[in-house]
Amino acid sequence: MNRYPVWKYLLIIIVIAVGCLFALPNLYGKDPALQVSASRGGEISELTRFSIEDALDNADIKYGEISVATGNLVVRFQDTETQLKAQDVVKDALGRSYTVALNLAPATPDWLRSLGAEPMFLGLDLRGGVHFLMEVDMEAAVSKAEERYVSDIRTQLRDERIRYRTIIRRRDGGLLIRFRDAEQRGLGITVIEDNFPDLELEQPEAENDEFPLLARLSDSSVTETRRLALQQNITTLRKRVNELGVAEPVIQQQGLERVVVQLPGVQDTARAKDILGATATLEFRMTDEERDVQDALDGRVPAGSRLYYERSGNPVLLKKQIMLTGDYIIDAAAGFDSVSGSPNVSITLDGKGAKRFSDATAEEVGRNMAVVFIENKTETVEQDGEMVKRKETIEEVINVATIREQLGKRFQITGLDSTEESRNLALLLRAGALAAPIEIIEERTVGPSLGQDNIDKGFTSVKIGFVLVLIFMVLWYKAFGLAADVALALNLVLIVALLSMLQATLTLPGIAGIVLTVGMAVDANVLIFQRIREEIRNGNSPQASIHAGYEKAFTTIADANITTLFAAIVLFSFGTGPIKGFAVTLSLGIVCSMFTAIMVTRSIVNLIYGGKRLRKLVI
Amino acid sequence: MAEPTQRFNFDFMGKRRIAVVFSAALISISLLSLFTQKLNFGIDFTGGTLVEAGYGETVELDQVRHVLSATQFSDAVVQYFGSAQDILIRVAQVEGKNSADISNEIIDVLKQSGQSVEIRRVEFVGPQVGEDLQEDGGLAMIYALIMIFIYIAFRFQRLFSVGAIAALVHDVTITIGFFSVLQLDFDLTVLAALLAVIGYSLNDTIVVFDRIRENFRRIRKGSPVDIVNASLNQTLSRTLMTSLTTLLVLTALFLFGGEIIRPFSAALIVGVIIGTYSSIYVASPVTLALGISKQDLMPVEKEE
Repeated sequence: MNRYPVWKYLLIIIVIAVGCLFALPNLYGKDPALQVSASRGGEISELTRFSIEDALDNADIKYGEISVATGNLVVRFQDTETQLKAQDVVKDALGRSYTVALNLAPATPDWLRSLGAEPMFLGLDLRGGVHFLMEVDMEAAVSKAEERYVSDIRTQLRDERIRYRTIIRRRDGGLLIRFRDAEQRGLGITVIEDNFPDLELEQPEAENDEFPLLARLSDSSVTETRRLALQQNITTLRKRVNELGVAEPVIQQQGLERVVVQLPGVQDTARAKDILGATATLEFRMTDEERDVQDALDGRVPAGSRLYYERSGNPVLLKKQIMLTGDYIIDAAAGFDSVSGSPNVSITLDGKGAKRFSDATAEEVGRNMAVVFIENKTETVEQDGEMVKRKETIEEVINVATIREQLGKRFQITGLDSTEESRNLALLLRAGALAAPIEIIEERTVGPSLGQDNIDKGFTSVKIGFVLVLIFMVLWYKAFGLAADVALALNLVLIVALLSMLQATLTLPGIAGIVLTVGMAVDANVLIFQRIREEIRNGNSPQASIHAGYEKAFTTIADANITTLFAAIVLFSFGTGPIKGFAVTLSLGIVCSMFTAIMVTRSIVNLIYGGKRLRKLVI
Repeated sequence: MAEPTQRFNFDFMGKRRIAVVFSAALISISLLSLFTQKLNFGIDFTGGTLVEAGYGETVELDQVRHVLSATQFSDAVVQYFGSAQDILIRVAQVEGKNSADISNEIIDVLKQSGQSVEIRRVEFVGPQVGEDLQEDGGLAMIYALIMIFIYIAFRFQRLFSVGAIAALVHDVTITIGFFSVLQLDFDLTVLAALLAVIGYSLNDTIVVFDRIRENFRRIRKGSPVDIVNASLNQTLSRTLMTSLTTLLVLTALFLFGGEIIRPFSAALIVGVIIGTYSSIYVASPVTLALGISKQDLMPVEKEE
């Protein structure tokens, strides 16, 4: 009685071995390292490696292993001091085509890494860094799309020689086109239906000799617009984060209109916020040279034009039609004008943009074109108890220049005040224009010393709680308590191994989850051992008591654990960041404890008592 | 040897009237406090900005308040955090101000004061996030309760579901009440702790129910009250043991886990104690009062 078949022992041994193997990388700690990745134009290759080695050798800096992986290169160092020194040296050697970020690289030995064993991923609360939650302004995304339609329909109707009075975007959404007569409206509908299938048309009653036509974006195209806006924002944020030079950033969609950005190791949140949060775009518009600026200043702004101001306060009259927006920009670099020596920004457009721009500028050579810089800031403020979104848009003309030739794929903006201005402008442009403004709605920054503090305190409390429970179990259940202790230790190893395998993020609440699991994992053993005691008191033989104890406790343990697992799953599906971390470790703990508390303790008990004649059982 | 399977023989159910009064009193106090002084929600729920700063030496709160009072953050809440060298500053939403900038400005103000100060943590939560969280948190609780109700009804019986849910509502109400009465910070981790309390208390209740079910099927004689009493006595050692080990680790977490995790461990400690009590004095009496009987628990196969 009470003997396990060999395969069960084998299974347990295999699980233990695999668990230990995958938990092992966590014991090795981390090396200070530099993570080099390519930004514009750069490429990571063996060549990069040679130039880094050269530079470090020349500067007499000792370095460890250099590993090249897809897209990035990691150089390890003895301590953080050399790491910092090396960063400057490598930065200088590689130039601005590469991003050199400080990082901690896991010191996992190669043979473990080749098995795919990596240490757990530590959350920001444990390693320090910034967490942002950003919300995309979807209303702006949709209204922007509508504005694009206004411009496109205008061009289309003109091309087809259909006469209309006005096209405007209505304040509460949708486009309103006014025609002169029913016939023109009919023609217009055909043209719009053919060319813009995403629009839903409606014909209100004609009045005062006007024949209106309402056009709305269909629900599916609104959904698509929102999806694209989010996607484009994520792409842009990714580019901007790369500009910041952060190792292992996390940029993730959360829900339908939010994005999570996590930047481990970043301390200067102000700079991060400036670069991530501001949405800037450029619009290229022709100046209206036929009309008088003074007239516009007096309130008579001609139809088809708008009044803008230069940074100096100078008024400029620009045509409403946008020749090009920043969406088409693929690169922008700050530099100096070869003739005047003043700071400039060279812009490169993508194919579509280049074609559009060259078409648009072909007829305009010799005329003046203005570059309008538009910066969007969104904030939510509380007003009379209501949450109100307030948008601030700064529009200014940063440059008016004569188009000297038909502009194409590459061109320059000159006339910038300082190198800093040209650098900032280039950075924002390079990172791409955001399709819709985003707003930071949550920010969490954890300093590096607090992160280390959290790790230390977390582990201390795990250790103390763990040891207390170990002692308690042995005092209470003797040999059986010892079996439970082994199971408990194994439970911890398995949780760590699973977290490492899943590459789940360990956070402070995650550690709390582990601590709680330690307390609750013994529950299964307590249930079993109490049952065994009862059976003995009922006058059963020791062997029969052990058998019945495990048997009878099983359904109770299963029921109890499954219901707790429910709670953990609900936590996981509804919770955000920190709660999720807690739910993950709690559920892993429950699953592991079912295995260790039942199978592992049984195997130990069977090894000690199985098949022997027992007159008395000490429990 | 009257009842050999039992070490204890307390008449739990005989005292259930006292328990009703006790529970009713605790719940009344909790509700009263929740309605009058509400919960001291952390910025996770209300939105706002929080800055934790560490000084090289002991710092006077009044001094920090003084520095801040000269600025636009005059209504900031300043308190010690863990030691007299660490402070926590909380600022509510400032009307008409880009909230993400507030933290930067506070840091600047603190750094100007001349003392060496290190920013340990900054949290900014926008109002829309806080609202979502309150909603999601409430929803999570309700969904958890519904799922638990269904599972117990399926594994045991409907009346047990009602008993278990009554115990859970009891536990959560009193734990939240505890936070309200003492005006402790109620943040995101406390919400997680409450859900963990649900899990734990449920665990306890299920173990007792499991034994009640077994005894109803096994013991032919005896009133439902006797059977529930016997079941509670049989599971008492286990109930106490598990609560004790869990409380051991939670106490370790409370004492050594650091300031951030303290509200979390406090909520769990209160919850575990209340949960242990409720599995004895709420879940079972409610099920009894609803008129649970032998017939309700006979294996289903026999009925068909």
